Amino acid sequence: MLNSNDILETIKMIQEENLDIRTITMGISLLDCIDSDIDKSCTKVYDKMMRLACNHVKTGEEIEARYGIPIINKRLSVTPIAMLAAAAKGSPVKFAKTLEKVANETGVNYVGGYSALVHKGFSAGDLELINSIPEALAETTKVCSSVNIGSTRAGINMDAVALMGKIIREAAEKTADNFCFGAAKIVVFCNAVEDNPFMAGAFHGVGEPDCVINVGVSGPGVVRSAVSKMPDASINEIADVIKKTAFKITRMGQLVGNEASKILGVPFGIVDLSLAPTPAVGDSVAHILEEIGLEKCGAYGTTATLALLNDAVKKGGVMASSRVGGLSGAFIPVSEDAGMIDAVNCGALCLEKLEAMTAVCSVGLDMFVVPGDTSADVLSAIIADEAAIGMVNSKTTAVRVIPAIGKKEGEVLEFGGLFGSGPVMSINKFSPAKFISRGGHIPAPLQSLKN
Amino acid sequence: MRAVVAVIGKDTVGILAKVSTICADFNANVMDVTQTIMQDLFAMTMLVDITNCTEQYSVLAEKLKKCGEEMGLQIHVMHEDIFNSMHRI
Repeated sequence: MLNSNDILETIKMIQEENLDIRTITMGISLLDCIDSDIDKSCTKVYDKMMRLACNHVKTGEEIEARYGIPIINKRLSVTPIAMLAAAAKGSPVKFAKTLEKVANETGVNYVGGYSALVHKGFSAGDLELINSIPEALAETTKVCSSVNIGSTRAGINMDAVALMGKIIREAAEKTADNFCFGAAKIVVFCNAVEDNPFMAGAFHGVGEPDCVINVGVSGPGVVRSAVSKMPDASINEIADVIKKTAFKITRMGQLVGNEASKILGVPFGIVDLSLAPTPAVGDSVAHILEEIGLEKCGAYGTTATLALLNDAVKKGGVMASSRVGGLSGAFIPVSEDAGMIDAVNCGALCLEKLEAMTAVCSVGLDMFVVPGDTSADVLSAIIADEAAIGMVNSKTTAVRVIPAIGKKEGEVLEFGGLFGSGPVMSINKFSPAKFISRGGHIPAPLQSLKN
Repeated sequence: MRAVVAVIGKDTVGILAKVSTICADFNANVMDVTQTIMQDLFAMTMLVDITNCTEQYSVLAEKLKKCGEEMGLQIHVMHEDIFNSMHRI
């Protein structure tokens, strides 16, 4: 017989501590949908996605009911659309509209993959796709976009960095009457991963199988609660309890992934060992850091506690799953985390500290809002700094920044739902324009002489 | 398939009787029951075999949940695999 304490612990995690499966994401390769006629290509995309994903949402709901675990998002990711746009003549926005149609008909929350990989240079289709991002995101609601502009092996494509600053601004301007939401659906990556189930940066890499199920778990509330039961413990004991909790959370992800893969007849890819916060009370990563012993997230010690947390989550999760991947670690999106919002509002957390935190967290500068008059050069320079952290440290970093058109520092951009609300953060006023206008390429870093 | 029925709430007369009657109505075989009472809080976990259940699993789960609400209790019905995978290596 099962131990009734274990049963009650699981129920408490789900009911009181917001334990959930954040997403099951089906990755679909569209390489066999390439056609020189864009309309034919869109038809092939629609047919293939509908064939594979028509039961995706229903399966998620079935698993939810059977195991009593909430599965918050059901999503799709596809081959970077720039590869399809390379062959087809015409505006790539047609692809975005096709993806939107699939999302509406299958009932998924988001489709990721309106993407281009340009870390070493632009190939056919890349520039067309990137230039169409603002329009594509303004005309759709469920399509997400990402662009990889750098990697540890290739260096950073500064032409792409300069371009992305303009694209993000334009996306925000085009959706200014809708909380500048276009910008919240673009992620600029360095070292992007091919099997990420999380939006907005999910795409289905070319090295992946034809179709695959990836799962992202979540449970900041559970980790916080476990840490709060150890007020006098040493840091080693804290690390241990985080590992044990991460193990349990990940096992749940593994179970759900296996089950979804069996029902849908699609291979199981990876579990993303993540702590993904939501704006809900008790679902915050910042609050875990505060529980470890900081007065506020952003205080000195934040980077160290986050490093400890991130590493312990991975160590606990790795043993719980047969295959791990994705972005794996603690996410620190500002607008989606009640503790982070609070820390910005009270002046504890500034952009510079947030950037330092991204050197040890799972991804990067995520869901933060800057004043509406921030220039494209400054956005590009923020991207370049963040990409440099990823490039040198051989980790994934990303920027998802929202210029709040018409708003100033101290005001708030309310997205609502899982996206929360973003206080407009203060930024450095000095110009990086000359650096960004030079263009070119930052060479790949040395892999030895690591000091 | 085996499911775990967990009942949590304030202790009153006839909880076990009501829950097991519903299980019997659906031809779900109760295999094991553990219950504890801490002060006033009643916590019961029940392992139920629903292989020969006369209705869909979700119907049984909904019925038990509703019964719980009427008695002021929380009743959760979940597949046993979730507990096995989370708490066993």
